[in-house]
Amino acid sequence: MGWLNSHLLTAVIFLPFFWGLIGLLIPTSGKGGVGTLKIWTFLGGLITFVISCLLYTRFNALGDEFQLKEAATWIPALGVSYQLGMDGISLWLVILTTFLTPLVILGSFDAVKERVREYYFLLLVLETGMLGAFLALDVFLFYVFWEAMLIPMYFLIGIWGGKDRVYAAMKFFLYTVVGSLLMLVAIFYLAYQHKVQFGSFSTAIVDLYRLKIAGGDSYTSPQMWLFMAFALAFAIKVPLFPFHTWLPDAHVQAPTAGSVILAGVLLKLGGYGFIRFAFPLFPDAVMKIQHPFLVLGTIAIVYGAWVATVQPDIKKLVAYSSVSHMGYVMLGLFSLNTVGAMGSIYQMLNHGISTGALFLLVGVIYERRHTREISEFGGISKVMPLFAVAFLIITLSSVALPGTNGFVGEFLILLGAWKANPGLTAISATGVIFGAVYMLWMFQRVMFGPVKKEENKKLKDLNFREVAVLTPLVVASIVMGIVPNFFFSKMEPSVQKFLARAKATSPMETAVASVSTLQKGDR
Amino acid sequence: MLALIPLFPLIGFLINGGWYAFGQAPAGRKKASAGVTGTIASLAILASFALSVSLFLKLHGMGDERVIEQTVMSWMQIENFKIDIAFRLDSLSALFILLITGVGSLIHIYSIGYMGHDETPGKFFAYLNLFCFAMLVLVLGSSLPMLFFGWEGVGLCSYLLIGYWYTDEEKASAGKKAFIVNRVGDLGFLLAMFFVVTYFGTLDFAALKAVVAQNGATVGVGVITTICLLFFVGCMGKSAQIPLYVWLPDAMAGPTPVSALIHAATMVTSGVYLVSRLNFMYSMAPTAMNVVAIVGAFTALFAATIAIAQRDIKKVLAYSTVSQLGYMFLACGVGAYTAGVFHVITHGFFKALMFLGAGSVIHGMHEEQDIMKMGGLRKDMPITFLVFGAGWLAICGIPPFSGFFSKDEILWMAFSSSHGSTALWFLGAVTAVMTAFYMTRLFSLTFFGKSRNHDVHAHESPLVMTIPLMVLALLSIFGGFMGVPHRSWIEHWLEPVIPGHAAAAAGAHGAPAVDASMEYILMGVSVAGAVLGIVFALGLYKNLARAEKLKQTFAPIHKLLENKWYVDELYEMVFIKPIRMLCNFLWKKFDVAVIDRVVLSFGHLSSWTGQTVRMVQTGSLQVYAVVLVIGLLASVGYLIYGLA
Repeated sequence: MGWLNSHLLTAVIFLPFFWGLIGLLIPTSGKGGVGTLKIWTFLGGLITFVISCLLYTRFNALGDEFQLKEAATWIPALGVSYQLGMDGISLWLVILTTFLTPLVILGSFDAVKERVREYYFLLLVLETGMLGAFLALDVFLFYVFWEAMLIPMYFLIGIWGGKDRVYAAMKFFLYTVVGSLLMLVAIFYLAYQHKVQFGSFSTAIVDLYRLKIAGGDSYTSPQMWLFMAFALAFAIKVPLFPFHTWLPDAHVQAPTAGSVILAGVLLKLGGYGFIRFAFPLFPDAVMKIQHPFLVLGTIAIVYGAWVATVQPDIKKLVAYSSVSHMGYVMLGLFSLNTVGAMGSIYQMLNHGISTGALFLLVGVIYERRHTREISEFGGISKVMPLFAVAFLIITLSSVALPGTNGFVGEFLILLGAWKANPGLTAISATGVIFGAVYMLWMFQRVMFGPVKKEENKKLKDLNFREVAVLTPLVVASIVMGIVPNFFFSKMEPSVQKFLARAKATSPMETAVASVSTLQKGDR
Repeated sequence: MLALIPLFPLIGFLINGGWYAFGQAPAGRKKASAGVTGTIASLAILASFALSVSLFLKLHGMGDERVIEQTVMSWMQIENFKIDIAFRLDSLSALFILLITGVGSLIHIYSIGYMGHDETPGKFFAYLNLFCFAMLVLVLGSSLPMLFFGWEGVGLCSYLLIGYWYTDEEKASAGKKAFIVNRVGDLGFLLAMFFVVTYFGTLDFAALKAVVAQNGATVGVGVITTICLLFFVGCMGKSAQIPLYVWLPDAMAGPTPVSALIHAATMVTSGVYLVSRLNFMYSMAPTAMNVVAIVGAFTALFAATIAIAQRDIKKVLAYSTVSQLGYMFLACGVGAYTAGVFHVITHGFFKALMFLGAGSVIHGMHEEQDIMKMGGLRKDMPITFLVFGAGWLAICGIPPFSGFFSKDEILWMAFSSSHGSTALWFLGAVTAVMTAFYMTRLFSLTFFGKSRNHDVHAHESPLVMTIPLMVLALLSIFGGFMGVPHRSWIEHWLEPVIPGHAAAAAGAHGAPAVDASMEYILMGVSVAGAVLGIVFALGLYKNLARAEKLKQTFAPIHKLLENKWYVDELYEMVFIKPIRMLCNFLWKKFDVAVIDRVVLSFGHLSSWTGQTVRMVQTGSLQVYAVVLVIGLLASVGYLIYGLA
């Protein structure tokens, strides 16, 4: 227990991976084998969730910036280390991950019938990758987890996906990888700068936070170039307009679990990357580029909503709605104030819950009808009343009705953004109209009206397992709308620290001075 | 204690809603009867009503600073920005909760009879309770976000109840339309809140009032006007004013008790509540007040013209509601907030009465809603006839029925207030004549003459429906006495929240002596106008052939009115179609054809560049790794040596 106590984060990260490895040993050929494997995997996800709840109790909001830290040397020659730590922001993203994973495992029980063993193994590997990326305090380690995550997701889409799965998987993979290459280059540059300024290579972010990189009020400063290298990787992941076109393809082709994890967690890594790396490392650049990014966020909100309106495929509609919702996240982050940033992080959690739930709901009817075309449905409320209740509540959460989580996030984001740029906020706020338009129109066409199609007349309502999958999400979206303070209290000090770093812009003189010292050092 | 008022209906909702969702809705389960579910729901709202009365009495004994507050918990808190889940009862909200829980209780009880044959009464009563919860939060909430919580909550219930019979495509569409049009208004509400936070730093009503009194002048009239106008955009949505009124007539797709409770007596008056609540801001922004008054007056007139030519009994009542709401805003816009609130209450009585009466007629006529196919019902449905008559005389403004007092107060203030004018009074007066006309038309076609539908044998409704009607009839007859001119109880009662009725009167044009006589002259004029409208309509619709002839003479105008000035078609053409086209264009011609093509062409470019990358695209990860490393080394080398 002593080791576990001091290596709690390592335990959380790698538990799913090793659990999955053991799962591979379970024979699936015999009778009941597959069932055992499913239960085993589900238990793994559940236990990881329980342990991550321990993290909540261990975390002291008023304590150090990073807690439960672990450090070990890894590649000393390059200054790369195995460093983990958690703050009030990563805490909730970790819990979101461990919360969603057992639910998608449970949700996959009936949907996945081929290569079951590999499927569940990959889901657990994916969880390890995501948790590692959230908890890494070394930027290189982060990069390793960031890329490692792609591989299981690539296979999940490519093997268990829809008709054009290979195309979608490839597009997703290449887009993300190519997008992060420049980030890797920037990471090495930062490590090198650390050597120049402090005498040794390092990629630990607490070290990198101390770097002085020439910035100032310029679009061509080194800070700006480095920021752009990071921002490209993260913007693709978010995805921020105009880097979003991989998302509809990936979502439509991915199996339900893939879509849920993709929307629920992977996209958050983009936002998290901005918070952990891009903002604190390059404050001058952030300050300079704030408004262009606010513009992109605004475009994403409105554009995503508009394009979502006319989608004939439910999953595509939800994918574009993600573009819109993640636009809010960017708007809140780049408003650079506590209210906006808190709203933004909260919105990431909300989006994980409500969009995750939406994909699960789509999965439910897809399993029954093997289509996602909106026009194939109609009147489903009549035949699937329990499904209708869950779908309605999640829809309301998605349109940000007060009393649900979505409202808290959007309200705070818009309020924060208003301080930064009222004009853009006013445009963004039209998202509350268009959000209602695409969601309610879709809801009407799927759920209301007479049951026209013969196939839909005998659809079975949610079974017990499906109720068990959806209930936690429905409950969470209401609880998070009523008691956001429960979440805020652990988050706020960390957000303030993050903002203090992000706003620690150097005055012009020091920027110039650091440029000259840099150049001396380089020679 | 205070929090219990909204809590009771919430509990009712949870019981009925949970029971319905898990115990009745799943296939094969038996549906509970309207008797059982309706009793649960009625008890919940009756409990609220009892508590409301007792708190009202407590408030009544409290003297000038009448306020009861309760903070339940903190909702959101970030740095010094703080929103509490808190309630505040003062003289304004006290009137509203009595109206909501009182009329609400009657409508719940009535619904037990009306929804007796419905398939899913459990769901209906759950929604109805949820609505009461949200509406009570709206008026009791101590801050703008709490009000907004209720504001959106009632919008949700409205959406759910309009589309209650969702298997009918048209009804489902009507619900969606209501929600979306309301959202347009909510955008204004949200932006107004952001302005308030920015300039006054608080969203709590009491604190805001203090801050505005202190800093209002420094902040400037421009900002306050903007805030007031943005809030008014919210009101246009929720309270169905031009140009956002279009959802309310369609909302009649819902069950009739819903039309009575939500789309007549309570929810649609939220906008009036909001403006009255923020009277301290509006009073500082004369331009905003003028806009409110003008929009209100025109809405009143415009909706009345449409009501004249409708055949659906509920549509007539719906347009009449829009029109009456216009009166209320006219009152607020000329600074007579008290008169506006007074009319909310009397209108709540007589319009709920008439909707429920219409429900009784529809019920008795086996779902017939076309007044041209009714007639002669006074014999078959004597109780409904009598109570409906009370509502009819009230809305026409015949003394001493309740509508007379409130409407007359509004007309007088529109004329005499410093913000009023003869033109506003004239619009209001013309509307009054038209109101008398179309309501008499409705009443006459429904109850007088001979039956024009021999297939249906109308029957009187059961007591569970007629008793609430009788109570409402009494309220419609006597309710006006709370606001007798110069001895107005309501004016005195609202003084702590809406001060300076005296001040507004002091600014009236003309000397006080002239005022007094002028007031009675105008009163006479409006009563005479109402009588004229009634007599004309009674005469006209006594002989249907003659009415038909008149219709033929004015056929083009009649067609225009019957088709509601083609406003829906106009909106379809100007907003909905172009936006849908734009959305399609953006998706197909921009997202797929431009952005994605650029992305893909990067991929194609690399595959064209060489074999290596082509192999990457076939999925060989090793090759990809090699490329990665080479590119990486090159870039790092460049950065390290190149930048230096």
